[in-house]
Amino acid sequence: MSRARHPTEDPLWAKVLITALVLGFLALVLLLPLAAVFVEAFRRGAGAVMGAVSNPDAIAAIKLTLLTAAIAVPFNAVFGLCASWAIAKHEFPGKSFLITLIDLPFSVSPVVAGLIYVLVFGMQGWFGEALIDHDIKIVFAVPGIILATVFVTFPFVARELIPLMQEQGTAEEEAAISMGASGLYTFWRVTAPNVRWGLLYGVLLCNARAMGEFGAVSVVSGHIRGLTNTMPLHVEILYNEYDFVGAFSVAALLCLLAVATLVLKGLLEIAQPAVRGRGH
Amino acid sequence: MGVTLSVLSLVVLIPLSAVAIKAAELSPAEFAAAAFSERAIAAYRLTFGAAFAAAVINGVFGVLTAWALVRYEFPGKSIVNAMVDLPFALPTAVAGIALATLYSPNGWVGQYLTPLGIKAAYNPLGVVIALTFIGLPFVVRTIEPVLRDLAADVEEAAASLGANRIQTVARVVLPALGPAWLTGFALAFARAVGEYGSVIFIAGNMPYQSEIAPLLIIIQLEQYEYAAAAAIALVMLSASFAMLFVINAIQAWARRIEG
Amino acid sequence: MTISIRSVDKRFGRYPALNDVSLEIADGELLALLGPSGSGKTTLLRTIAGLEFPDAGQVLFGGEDVTYASAAKRRVGFVFQQYALFKHMTVAKNVAFGLDVRKGREKPSKADITKRVDELLKLVELDGLGGRYPSQLSGGQRQRVALSRALAVSPSVLLLDEPFGALDATVRKSLRKELRRIHDATGVTTIFVTHDQEEAMGLADRVAILNAGAIEQVGTPDEVHDSPATAFVCGFVGDANRIEGLVAAGVFNGGGVKLPAKGVADGPACAFVRPYDLALGGANAFAATLQRVSVQGAVAHLDVTTSAGAAIEAVVARAEASNLSVGQPLKLSTAKAHIFPV
Repeated sequence: MSRARHPTEDPLWAKVLITALVLGFLALVLLLPLAAVFVEAFRRGAGAVMGAVSNPDAIAAIKLTLLTAAIAVPFNAVFGLCASWAIAKHEFPGKSFLITLIDLPFSVSPVVAGLIYVLVFGMQGWFGEALIDHDIKIVFAVPGIILATVFVTFPFVARELIPLMQEQGTAEEEAAISMGASGLYTFWRVTAPNVRWGLLYGVLLCNARAMGEFGAVSVVSGHIRGLTNTMPLHVEILYNEYDFVGAFSVAALLCLLAVATLVLKGLLEIAQPAVRGRGH
Repeated sequence: MGVTLSVLSLVVLIPLSAVAIKAAELSPAEFAAAAFSERAIAAYRLTFGAAFAAAVINGVFGVLTAWALVRYEFPGKSIVNAMVDLPFALPTAVAGIALATLYSPNGWVGQYLTPLGIKAAYNPLGVVIALTFIGLPFVVRTIEPVLRDLAADVEEAAASLGANRIQTVARVVLPALGPAWLTGFALAFARAVGEYGSVIFIAGNMPYQSEIAPLLIIIQLEQYEYAAAAAIALVMLSASFAMLFVINAIQAWARRIEG
Repeated sequence: MTISIRSVDKRFGRYPALNDVSLEIADGELLALLGPSGSGKTTLLRTIAGLEFPDAGQVLFGGEDVTYASAAKRRVGFVFQQYALFKHMTVAKNVAFGLDVRKGREKPSKADITKRVDELLKLVELDGLGGRYPSQLSGGQRQRVALSRALAVSPSVLLLDEPFGALDATVRKSLRKELRRIHDATGVTTIFVTHDQEEAMGLADRVAILNAGAIEQVGTPDEVHDSPATAFVCGFVGDANRIEGLVAAGVFNGGGVKLPAKGVADGPACAFVRPYDLALGGANAFAATLQRVSVQGAVAHLDVTTSAGAAIEAVVARAEASNLSVGQPLKLSTAKAHIFPV
């Protein structure tokens, strides 16, 4: 150690003060709510938690949440791959408009996202009468929940992949095509493997949002217990009925999902530092 | 290409235009009555005001957090780093009930605020708290890479020209972070304006007082006032577009200056 | 301002960057720190600036010990390799920065700062560009901004890290002359780091040659070229043929070449002969075979191999080479060879 401080280093008092402020703030804003969920859930012991989680309505909510994610996530993964491939590897007019469109669901309130499906598919909506005639229910039913979830999780994969693909350029693809590979073959054998970590990262974030979405789903669901309740909606109902142990028990399950997401995300960032920090 | 465009328009574009078309069913006077009623204006004021306050809080602590994560070493840093993304991963409803419980008058935090005469939950302050939670990662994660890539020689240059540490940070480092900070701020603000799940549990949802605009849309919907709901949604959508525009403008401006 | 560096040691982890370095720089001198990358020349420059602090030894400015004084207190002008301009400030703001951050009575008035900035921009021939942003300037112009920003604080010493490294050849040449002119006009003690020997030899009053964290030789460009102190300096400065061999009784013998080696201890040695110190014919000539001739302007480069197979390059006047043909035997001699024991 030399006696003098390097010019880009902060004085010790600043380091201690800033670190303490940051840790204090994060503990208050992030750690405390997380801890509160588990403490409130286990207030009456593990048995009550198990009871709340294995309640038939809770099981139905868990199943619906898993079903929603199982449809919305693969759909958006495939679409994200196609869209980012089209955007990153090709030039065409209106490209920046397309990127803005893909980003749009991030800046639209989830409530508005739910509303638009009610307006289009609801009873008074554009296709309302036609749907009733054919006895198809979208709003206040499972298809509406899935549609709304697809909308709000739309950008995750594409946003992750577009910069990644742009960085990689088109040299490898051109090499493959010059050797006689078809476009589709090139895509699956050259483009897709190059971005698999980024894809995984996007899928992870997409999945977390798909399982946790509340606002949009709340508008289109109709809150029918055992039928159109996802886990977050189930949490709301229990909470509003003052069944706090039940609400926090299901919430704790969702917390575990969040923590698992963060751990996997951390591992991905270690495995592939290039995918980190591309915005959300 | 064609697939991309048609999926986009099917999932995004057509439904969005539905809002405008539905709202257009109203006459101008009806539209104004729905979108700019006293109650709606109070809701906008709360929504935008609380979102702004939360973005300011996150603007300050986001810079400090990014600074500590990039520049300092401390035990548990990688866990802290992962925790910053919690609001992205945690369902908003879970955050909502947890915050409402913490800040209610007899909650872990609320019990210390009540004697001070501070009412956090079921009050506009509660809305700010929830929106702070939601927006935290945006500022941190937009500033972090810029701070990491900031060349040390710029700070060394300032020091060799006689600037002390505070002058170096205030005049050289922070201005260099400016565009990223503004982007992060705008993203946090935009996210907060539309937020619903984490807010409704802690807000108390008193009309004119602690009722946010997205909730007002839902209330109109539940009363089958679809056109009125669409009118309020249109106002919110316009705000979203304006914000997207601002964010893009900031980034274009930064690119022009920094080359 | 005179600068003294006394027995400075600096390590980065286990890697020794500077090893017992001592150097005296006279007031108003223009000195080059020359060496290959990793030789410690930039570390030495940064130690003088207060951007690094030595593990042992002293740095003195005008006799005053500044070893652990902060960069801000030393009043040095430092020009960074990548210029380190403040991107969000105009050119004028960049140049004014060092004056703007002063406090109290030391801070010049706004009018004085503006005047000083105008003077400096004129000095580096950038007058009228004060309102631009760095991103709107060419590489050479950015370099000039960096230079005038460093000069604005009236530094006791001007330090430049590879000042021309990022520029193309023509800009480099004109800026080199410019630096000399500015140095002569301001009289400020100037130290610059370079790995380009041509730059060091053409610009500096004296050259300090570094290798592996130690100074090999300090001298005028002529001294280090004509009387290299070590084998490293001889090989690094100017072109040289390197011949391995043995010295016995004052004679070097190796690669089919015999050279007088007065005063060199017996044992394995290595001889350096500059291509233009070789002549066709002459006393004590050695035999060689011509492999290739390439004419470059007024001179001809001859690639030859000695009888023992060593490849040697010689440079002779073009006229002398006009009747030579590839494959023919030659006699070459030299009056100047530098022989170092290894």
